[in-house]
Amino acid sequence: MTDVRCRIIEHRTSDIRQYMKIAVIKYNSGNVQSVLYAMERLGVQAELTDDPEKIRAADKVVFPGQGEASTAMKYLKERNLDTLIGDLKQPFLGVCLGLQLLCEHSEENDTDCLGIFPVKVKKFVPENSQEFKVPHVGWNELENLKDNPLLADLPANPFVYYVHSYYAELSDLTLASTHYIHDFSGILHRDNYYAIQAHPEKSGLVGEKLLSNFLRI
Amino acid sequence: MLTKRIIPCLDIKEGRTVKGVNFVELRDAGDPVELAKIYSDEGADELVFLDITATVDKRKTLAELVTKVAKAINIPFTVGGGISTVEDVKVLLNAGADKISINSSAVKNPQIINEMAAEFGSQCIVVAIDTRNVDGIDFVHTHGGRRATLLKTQEWAQEVCDRGAGEILLTSMDHDGTKAGFSNGLLAEISSSLSIPVIASGGAGTMLHFKDVFTFGKADAALAASIFHFKEIGIPELKRYLADSEISIRK
Repeated sequence: MTDVRCRIIEHRTSDIRQYMKIAVIKYNSGNVQSVLYAMERLGVQAELTDDPEKIRAADKVVFPGQGEASTAMKYLKERNLDTLIGDLKQPFLGVCLGLQLLCEHSEENDTDCLGIFPVKVKKFVPENSQEFKVPHVGWNELENLKDNPLLADLPANPFVYYVHSYYAELSDLTLASTHYIHDFSGILHRDNYYAIQAHPEKSGLVGEKLLSNFLRI
Repeated sequence: MLTKRIIPCLDIKEGRTVKGVNFVELRDAGDPVELAKIYSDEGADELVFLDITATVDKRKTLAELVTKVAKAINIPFTVGGGISTVEDVKVLLNAGADKISINSSAVKNPQIINEMAAEFGSQCIVVAIDTRNVDGIDFVHTHGGRRATLLKTQEWAQEVCDRGAGEILLTSMDHDGTKAGFSNGLLAEISSSLSIPVIASGGAGTMLHFKDVFTFGKADAALAASIFHFKEIGIPELKRYLADSEISIRK
């Protein structure tokens, strides 16, 4: 842990450009504030916005999320944010519900999502409710990490904080998996689109490392 | 593997921690933000802030504190104490809290659990239950355990789960403050019958008590206050002990 901490502190003050423009997409999602605070702790200013021009012009885009899939998709469509998200070229990071919305379809109220990742989102169904409760709440490991800049300099099987009832299935685009009831996609990646099911903004030093790695992509 | 969580609880009054804290490295033992940071750096998995302020300005003071905490720490935290409306929850979540905890207000108006869960999602609604055994039966108590109700603890736990609570924080008033161990029998009964996580509270005195609450009590998380505040047990040594005892724990 000490190693990670040293590296993070070093990165906080070195090569992340202070003037980098980061847009956090504003929609009817819960607690986005903690994502903004996490960016602040890394020494960069992020702006919460639903202005298409600002989102297009940003160096990096973060798509947080907490809430229900169909309501979130409806909101995005009404504001044409769905097409905008699909057209973006800069590094893009979906978080939690943000990951699920980037997938093809979610079982949560049978919702068609953005389709960036051709992956299906399903509800956890525990075979044994004593052992496996839903939602999946707490700290769990990222496993089978692929070689990718987003995962640079992380400890082996790092712990991240999860709160979710739906999960994205494993796919070729899975950068890291997590085991709960079965393996699921902890992190997905395609082209400029990255997404994390856990909450990096609440995942201690590992989470800060994931976010600072993203800012460096 | 999903790990068991260790959760220090901070009692807050008018924006300051109360109930005594004994940390040599603290500049100001009453500053909740400073204490929260220490716990977070030491490896606490989550924090709970329980506000016991009874003034009209309470909501504003608490929201300001929540923002300061949210800016300072990078682990999840729950805020509880006197929360009774959807608007209260909104203010605290917008200020940066990850979850809120309700207790007496849920007993008084159970429908509020459904409303809060529908508005913000179950994942951020913790229902705290204070329980006391009366003549062999566990009954829910409110107002810090002082006021008895006719609700049976097991039945109320099932009801709050059905109404959309995301987690239950179960405090045994019989064990609270005794340092003689958690209420493992009742915890195991409730945890096994529910599909949502149970946080155990009340009775922590030794590291063995934590091991027991995770094995015999089947708890998903364990909460304690004074033993952490007075450094009777350090979080790093507790986590080492639990890991050595083959309890799944975040290192």
